[in-house]
Amino acid sequence: MPALPTPGEIGLVAAGLFAALLLGVVVLRLVRRRRFVDPVDRATYETLHTASLATRSLRDGLTPEGATRATRHLRSMLGSTAVAITDTNATLAWDGAGSHHRRDVHAHAEQVLSSGRTLVLTSEQITCSDPDCSIRSGIIAPIVADERVVAALAAYGRTTSTGLVRATEELAGWISTQIELAELGRQRTRVMEAELRALRAQISPHFIYNCLAAIASFVRTDPDRARELLLEFADFTRYALRRGGAYTTLRDELQNIERYLALEKARFGDRLVVSLTIAPEVLPVAVPFLAIQPLVENAVRHGIEHKSGIGHVSISAADVGATAEITIEDDGEGSDPETIRAVLSGGGSGNSVGLGNVDARLRQAFGDEYGLVVETAPGAGTKVTFRVPKFAPGVHSDS
Amino acid sequence: MSAVASGWGLFAIILVCTATVAVGALGLRLSRTTSDFYVAGRTVTAGWNASAIGGEYLSAASFLGVAGIVYSLGTHMLWLPVGYTLGYLILLVLVAAPLRRSGAYTIPDFAEARLSSRRVRRLASLLVIAIGWLYLLPQFQGAGLALQTVTGASPAVGSLIVAGVVLASVAAGGMRSITLVQAMQYWVKLAAIAIPCFVLAWLWLRGGQPLPKLTDPGGPFAGALPAYPSREHPLYATYSTMLALCFGTMGLPHVLVRFYTNPDGRAARRTTVIVIGLLGAFYLFPPVFGMLGRVYLPSLPAGTRADSVVLLLPSAMAPGTLGDLLSAILAGGAFAAFLSTASGLTVSVAGVIDQDLLSGAMNRRLGGDLPRTHSFRLASVVAILIPYAASWLAPSVTLADTVGMAFAIAASTFCPLLILGVWWRGLSVAGAAAGLIVGGTLAMGATLATFVGVGRGTGGWLPVLLAQPAAWTMPTAFVTAVLVSLATPRSIPVNAARAMVRLHAPEEVTARVRPSSG
Repeated sequence: MPALPTPGEIGLVAAGLFAALLLGVVVLRLVRRRRFVDPVDRATYETLHTASLATRSLRDGLTPEGATRATRHLRSMLGSTAVAITDTNATLAWDGAGSHHRRDVHAHAEQVLSSGRTLVLTSEQITCSDPDCSIRSGIIAPIVADERVVAALAAYGRTTSTGLVRATEELAGWISTQIELAELGRQRTRVMEAELRALRAQISPHFIYNCLAAIASFVRTDPDRARELLLEFADFTRYALRRGGAYTTLRDELQNIERYLALEKARFGDRLVVSLTIAPEVLPVAVPFLAIQPLVENAVRHGIEHKSGIGHVSISAADVGATAEITIEDDGEGSDPETIRAVLSGGGSGNSVGLGNVDARLRQAFGDEYGLVVETAPGAGTKVTFRVPKFAPGVHSDS
Repeated sequence: MSAVASGWGLFAIILVCTATVAVGALGLRLSRTTSDFYVAGRTVTAGWNASAIGGEYLSAASFLGVAGIVYSLGTHMLWLPVGYTLGYLILLVLVAAPLRRSGAYTIPDFAEARLSSRRVRRLASLLVIAIGWLYLLPQFQGAGLALQTVTGASPAVGSLIVAGVVLASVAAGGMRSITLVQAMQYWVKLAAIAIPCFVLAWLWLRGGQPLPKLTDPGGPFAGALPAYPSREHPLYATYSTMLALCFGTMGLPHVLVRFYTNPDGRAARRTTVIVIGLLGAFYLFPPVFGMLGRVYLPSLPAGTRADSVVLLLPSAMAPGTLGDLLSAILAGGAFAAFLSTASGLTVSVAGVIDQDLLSGAMNRRLGGDLPRTHSFRLASVVAILIPYAASWLAPSVTLADTVGMAFAIAASTFCPLLILGVWWRGLSVAGAAAGLIVGGTLAMGATLATFVGVGRGTGGWLPVLLAQPAAWTMPTAFVTAVLVSLATPRSIPVNAARAMVRLHAPEEVTARVRPSSG
């Protein structure tokens, strides 16, 4: 080994130093982001930051765990000795000194919960055997959601002031808003679930009628084919009406589309030409249940039904790094981009079954950047593209 | 080397490079477009998937490095190729099926799925990048070495070619990890090393089967196992390297993503078993080159590293067209090894840079209107340029040793995360983070110290501990993760029990007991 460092080694040291420098700059920037010149700015920032931390804990509404995590931040916002939250049944959380008073909170708040008015407690109502205990007075403010008193926020300390009373009331009002937001989120989920149920029941009556008519036409001429088609129909309905998780694998979803297309082909014959390009690597990806079938149904309908001659529908699933890209394309009549925009933004029209629903479910499952992308113009066909991440927290295919 | 030889070799290298870029660009057209398809029949089978894993895993260190190390250190080192394969056994027994069931595509995904923590995810992403870069480094060095041996060009040219070809194929469409193409790579590599090996072995049989001198001036060829003759404390060095190889394989970024292609946990296990068989078959050949090298190339030309023995051997044993042809096949195979491993790694590293570091920042700066592919391309440039620059400055550490360090870092960081994450429900977020930080800092510090040359030539324990750190960094990381987890029971994720059920229950069971909601 040479005693002197080689140029390579010097270069490596330089690279190491450069990396350390880069790290230093990043850390410095992170630190600087927290530094404020003006104390007012600083106070505003800290209050907003604490509030945002508390918001996160209250995201699921008033649960004991969420309330416990939130009270810590609420206490630092109020600056009181202790803060407690109680709902109509029991005390949910206590943060701060003198936690032996925790069991009294619900009793203290009884009046507030029934009247909906803020109550100030003095040392007459709060008794304590411990002479050093700093819980001598308290303020209890109602938390109102949906015009009902659902809980109460209590701030305890040695003394109270008008300022603290108002701050507590404001904070209770703020918590009310958060709870209403959480309720709104829950309702959104419920609406989604209801929509999915509706979508499941929404195998269109026309489709059933057309299928059975097409099968009937084969019964005499080609009984074997008729039997096959009936089995396809049975499998298709079993899948579409299954009860189960909200997600499935791309493989199962495509398999169902395979059955669907077999049935449509029985009806349209050579007029329907389907081509599929599927990368086998993406078959295990989890997708929302019945996310693709409505899109294919739309493509078939727009590509064939309102058109004379042959209609092409192509379906592709490609592997794009950490995501899978799924495209459904037809060369049919196309539609006005404005109409599609209206459908996607929620103003549904009957013509595009499920387009808005699929878009909403994709966004809900994977985030806003994973919505549908529709390229269309009158007479120019329609191309619907969307991406699905290979992994998303909380999304599992339960096929 | 004769002009003809360099002509043949150059042709093989250009052929491999052109094919790689072409496949990258035309990849999508390879996937069949049909009007009638049977989705179930299109699932990637375990055999193809295993070939693809082998194709990506067999790197420069395997193709050139193993032979080089057997050549210079003798039969003492026959355990090394075994070690490269052994990692998959640990992977098979401990993590393959649960990992597939977790639904994770990358290790950061697993961290998030198991611990529901964005911070641990971030940390894991940074480590993926570090390990990927360190593993890319020897690929570039090896390419430079191969080109130098074949054509006499400066090593920088070979590295540049590999970097350029990988960048071109990844940017042209390398985000698609086409199983079929990677699977073919395995068979190309196997053929490229097996055919010359059989020819040379036949020449050796006909040539009177000379045996290597057991006591060469360069060091004895045979000796008692286990030993690492070039090091002080050989026993420690051997066990530490073995540990790194056994427990590091599961943490290699480009290996894990392939498991996602398996339909379920059972298929993941079956794939791993086949991988062990395929790799075992491949690793039979490099040691043969090492042994024949000792016989026919008692001393290497000045300025060449032992790693190039595979490429020099054919012309030494069969001067003329046959030797040139075999050299060309080997050079082509070696380049295929660099390219496939480097592309796999680049795609993984670029994916992580893009997803976890770049996208968010670019969306914030540019208002989210940026096409997805642009940020991925930018990420792949970053993913390649840094290890390329490092390979240019790199010190003289052998290919197998650099790769060994990447394994050591993976064993000290991801191994505790994966094993504890899969098998211990008490793992807390704080514990996992502490394990990653402590293991990562120690192992990377040791690697950097070795590269810089701390304690080199002084003898004693220090250089050995730094060059083969796994034996002390991995247990430290495990202990840290366990102790911190025990100390912070409050940061055990709320859904730990549910995550454990998902990891360990076979898919059919999970599907059956699922509450029928909706």
